[in-house]
Amino acid sequence: MADTKIIVNCETGEVSEVELTAEEIKQREADAIAYAKAKADEEQAAAEKAEAKAAIADRLGLTADELALLLG
Amino acid sequence: MATYIQIGSTVTVGAGGAANIEFTSIPSTYTDLVVKLSARNSSTDGAVKISFNGNSSTGTYRFLQGSGAAASSSNGSAFGYVGNETMSTDTASTFSSFEIYIPNAFGTTQKSISTDNVTENNGTTAYATMLATLVNLTSAITSLKLEPSANLFAQYTTASLYGILKS
Repeated sequence: MADTKIIVNCETGEVSEVELTAEEIKQREADAIAYAKAKADEEQAAAEKAEAKAAIADRLGLTADELALLLG
Repeated sequence: MATYIQIGSTVTVGAGGAANIEFTSIPSTYTDLVVKLSARNSSTDGAVKISFNGNSSTGTYRFLQGSGAAASSSNGSAFGYVGNETMSTDTASTFSSFEIYIPNAFGTTQKSISTDNVTENNGTTAYATMLATLVNLTSAITSLKLEPSANLFAQYTTASLYGILKS
């Protein structure tokens, strides 16, 4: 059985469960891939930023707590 | 005092799961909208997205989060992200909770959304998240779609939509 979506018509109160069309399935798969990539890119950017911060702290001879205190 | 009025029916996902839940023909007689979502993913994907008027949302988000082990904050721009849902690897029969508040839902400015979200898990990691999402939509909201970023909403996921009248 194909995946379904639930639609609530707020005007009539009618609730219906309908199968996704082939186009919707394709779009959903593309969205999931794009979302996963965007999240991975964001996580990588955050990790790189944290790494750069740690490297600066290291150069200054500070611990992460000391750096946080300094920046806070 | 603001008045909450439920719009449409509360939806409960059936045994087969659901790819998304969409509220359509939302009347513009309110000022704000609130979505109450109790959700679980059918597999191991933990993100929920919101979109409006049949379009994939574009916008940005910023959040503060506690996992039970660490506190963090971050920001990004991934498709109307509004929080995390409990996954199949979390304790059975537990669900995450979302309150998604959309002020000025029918105005012509971008939609600024605030979300209060927790996941549930009898384990070391469960998330509590406060999140601000800005969606690039400058027309009135007529429909609203909630969907997991992958897989399905699991059985017994529920969603309700409320309109807020300010007087």
